Amino acid sequence: MELRPRFALKNSASSREPSKWGGSRRQRVLVERTVHWVLFACAAVSVLTTTGIVITLLGETVQFFGEVPILDFLTGTRWTPLFASQNFGVLPLVNGTVAVALVAIVVAVPVGLLTAIFLSEYAPGRVRSVVKPILEVLAGIPTVVYGYFALQFVTPILRGIFPQTQIFNVASAGIVMGFMILPMMASISEDAIRAVPRDLRQGAYALGATKLEVITRVVVPGALSGILAAVILSISRAIGETMIVAIAAGLQPKMGFDLLSSMETMTAYIVQVSLGDTQQDTIEYRTIFAVGTLLFVLTFIMNVLSDLLVRRYREAYE
Amino acid sequence: MINLRVGDQAKDVANVDQRDGGAILATTHLSFWYAKFLAIEDVSIEMPDRKITAIIGPSGCGKSTFLRCFNRMNELIPGTRIEGDVMFRGTNVNDRSVDPVEIRRQVGMVFQKPNPFPKSIYDNVAYGPRVNRYQGSMDEIVETSLRRAALWDEVKDDLKKSGLALSGGQQQRLCIARALAVQPEVLLMDEPCSALDPIATTRIEDLMRELREDLSIVIVTHNMQQAARVSDRTAFFTLGEAGAGVLVEHDETQRIFTTPSDDRTEAYITGRFG
Repeated sequence: MELRPRFALKNSASSREPSKWGGSRRQRVLVERTVHWVLFACAAVSVLTTTGIVITLLGETVQFFGEVPILDFLTGTRWTPLFASQNFGVLPLVNGTVAVALVAIVVAVPVGLLTAIFLSEYAPGRVRSVVKPILEVLAGIPTVVYGYFALQFVTPILRGIFPQTQIFNVASAGIVMGFMILPMMASISEDAIRAVPRDLRQGAYALGATKLEVITRVVVPGALSGILAAVILSISRAIGETMIVAIAAGLQPKMGFDLLSSMETMTAYIVQVSLGDTQQDTIEYRTIFAVGTLLFVLTFIMNVLSDLLVRRYREAYE
Repeated sequence: MINLRVGDQAKDVANVDQRDGGAILATTHLSFWYAKFLAIEDVSIEMPDRKITAIIGPSGCGKSTFLRCFNRMNELIPGTRIEGDVMFRGTNVNDRSVDPVEIRRQVGMVFQKPNPFPKSIYDNVAYGPRVNRYQGSMDEIVETSLRRAALWDEVKDDLKKSGLALSGGQQQRLCIARALAVQPEVLLMDEPCSALDPIATTRIEDLMRELREDLSIVIVTHNMQQAARVSDRTAFFTLGEAGAGVLVEHDETQRIFTTPSDDRTEAYITGRFG
């Protein structure tokens, strides 16, 4: 192939004939710059949105803590901002959130992890190609549907087994939330398990390990940080989940772990106030921003933690 | 170290009586298929006990597949089929009554790429004895294995360190130590030095010569100099007319490299193809 300069040099032989190469430099630079700025603008939208949310949250939250001492908020065990005798101890809401999340995790983590192990280690390709899409359908169901499923289907079953079960209760919301989180838990764990190099499995088999020993002593430990990341993301998801708890878990902020009774979570409280007739610009209204900030901080910590773990397991095999 | 040598020799003497010095591994009319693809065709060979047998040949001629027949690693891949006999000490390893786990304990394997588990050095070596329910002292077997793999002096002070923190050559010796820990009679090595630098390669080769005292080694290698340097016998594989790997000839290494009986062998070792 002949090498010829694509920029026309003055007085050079090639500049005398008309060039066969189109496009001016000015035009190219213009297109490149435009593309750059359009892309930047799109990326900026999400950054600005996040910043906007944080500023809104923080502004109202700071005002709230001007009236309620932050320590009282974080350590108080009575939450009655909507009553005549107002108490602003957020712990009952945290308690409710933790209770529901705990039930959800107890359902989602073991079932999800075992599903992931089955899919990646045991299932023949045919079975896998059926089970995986079904799991993904589970992930695509709107949470409001899950909420009514909890209320209309799971709660009656629970009441059949434990007659003292309240109509709105933590157990039913938690169990259904567990199934909602299950696909995420299974899918992230499966990715982590599949990321364990085949070499390691072979090495273990070559030492006379059985399939179960290869899985329990090499594959799962090797994927542990990824699996932990999945657990943390699941917890984070459970904490932030709103619709199921608003529908099925009730609106009674209280302490304790009576799972068959009604409790209120942080998210359910925010819904309650947002949809209610609470006056804006009052202390009652500002509570939702304080609770929202707390929720944001909690899930943010969870996400950072899982990010660190994922990074750790990525490094392990490079 | 001195104590250990005495111990090993004593063990050798005891083993010599049991071993007849004949073939430890053998195949007769062995063919192997990945689904419908015939990978190796009609291979018959005997490999003598306590020798190093090198398997050489161009890429894709089924050397690794052949090696993996001896510890039934191929059956972990779905859709494979085997025909003919693979014998280990007179037992057909593919016989229904043979437990693959038991075969793999006696026929160890070292892989092309060092593959230590993401565990401590100690746990890497102890893995095999643990899964095989070894009843004796774990510390002792870890130390002995690391010494046999010539790694002990480099790692004895941080056995808790991750196996992945070692250099490539050390990792490969760790994998050898790990394989030795279950006290196999045969060590299959699938291009064990292809990912290592020349110095690390030399160490592994020295190690192989020492290990030959107690066990039989079969090594697949792309490196003909390596085969010439370390092995007692050499088997030359190539692609047959049907596109499957075939065994061309096998003999004393010296003969293969000086006076091979087949033209294809000569062409390969003189670098005219492959």
